[in-house]
Order: sequence, then C-alpha cells, then structure tokens
Amino acid sequence: MILGKVVGTIVATISHPHFKNRRLLVVQPLVMEGEASAPEDDFIALDNSQAGVGDTVLVNREGNGARQALKNPDACVISVIVGIVDSVYLEY
Amino acid sequence: MLFGRVKGNAVCTIKYPGTQGLKLLVVQPLNKNMQPIGGLQVAADVVQAGVGDLCVMVRSREAALAMPDEKFVPVDLALVGIVDELEVKPDGAYDVSLRRGKNQFT
Repeated sequence: MILGKVVGTIVATISHPHFKNRRLLVVQPLVMEGEASAPEDDFIALDNSQAGVGDTVLVNREGNGARQALKNPDACVISVIVGIVDSVYLEY
Repeated sequence: MLFGRVKGNAVCTIKYPGTQGLKLLVVQPLNKNMQPIGGLQVAADVVQAGVGDLCVMVRSREAALAMPDEKFVPVDLALVGIVDELEVKPDGAYDVSLRRGKNQFT
C-alpha cells in the first residue's frame, strides 16, 4: 500500500461493469521532502472510501488485495483507495 | 491503472486460442498531464473505444480478467473505460511531500 494525494477526477460513462458505481480518481504518490516525483508516478485508482480531490489516501496497488477490497473475485482492478489518511508520523 | 490515447488498431489473423474476437488497439500510455510515458503499446479493447479516444487502461493479470468471456488469456493491457471528462489539479496545487515528524492531513 502507498500514500498518495488525490489530484483529479475522471468521468467515464462507458467503462467496464466492475467499475460501475465507483469513482475513478487520479492519485499522485507522496514523496519525501526534497525528492522530486517522476512524471510517470501518477496513476488511476478506484475509490472505495468516499475520497475526494485534495485528500491524502491509502492506496492498495495489488490486484488480489483490490479484489478482496471490492468483494469481487474477478474484478479487473489493480489500484483501490482503501483509506483516507489523517496523519503520518515519520521518525527518520 | 493508467491513461492511454488510442492511436490506431492492430490486426492479427493468427491469435492464441481464447483471444479470437478481441479488438486490439495501439495506444500511447500517458500520465495525468497527458504527457507520453514510453512507447506505443497494444491493448485489448472491451469498451469499443475508437481512434483518438482517451481511455483508462489496466495492466498485468487484471487486464486478462477484464476480458468478457475467457479470463485465462495472454493479455497484459486492457482498455476498460473511455474518459468523457477529466479534471486534474496542476502540479504544485497540493503538497505531496512527507516531512520528518508529524504530517497532519486533516
């Protein structure tokens, strides 16, 4: 799972049935301060936690976990937003 | 899951069993700012996208799961959605850096 910031929304009227009734959001992964994020870092995730633009989210980026989160053993989904992050404490 | 722009179609007369009838499209993977990532790739289409459409794509095993009938097929990129509307905040609109100590987000 990774931490990311929701930076965009996607409207897709025609989409796979497994995506129906859930929103597709654009997520930018968080990086350590001073490190630059690569242009290919951002990705699309299916929302399972009522997240919105500007929220910091916990994203599952693995198919089996995604299928479990969506309760669909055949879902063609890799990235699912499974939590909204309140705070992160870093020791080092 | 990532964005892709449909650039054209690919035709294969001889295909692996189970992939007959699948539409193959040539796509350019894109990032959120619509800049190309890498070279052209071939994706299997399940949403009847056309040339010029901006699409949502899914990679790896999940691409094969997106296929309508046979789920155990050699497919590693699938078009699963056609983007009608896209709203992305510009780079720098949100702080995406983590600092040492406490990072409060809400």
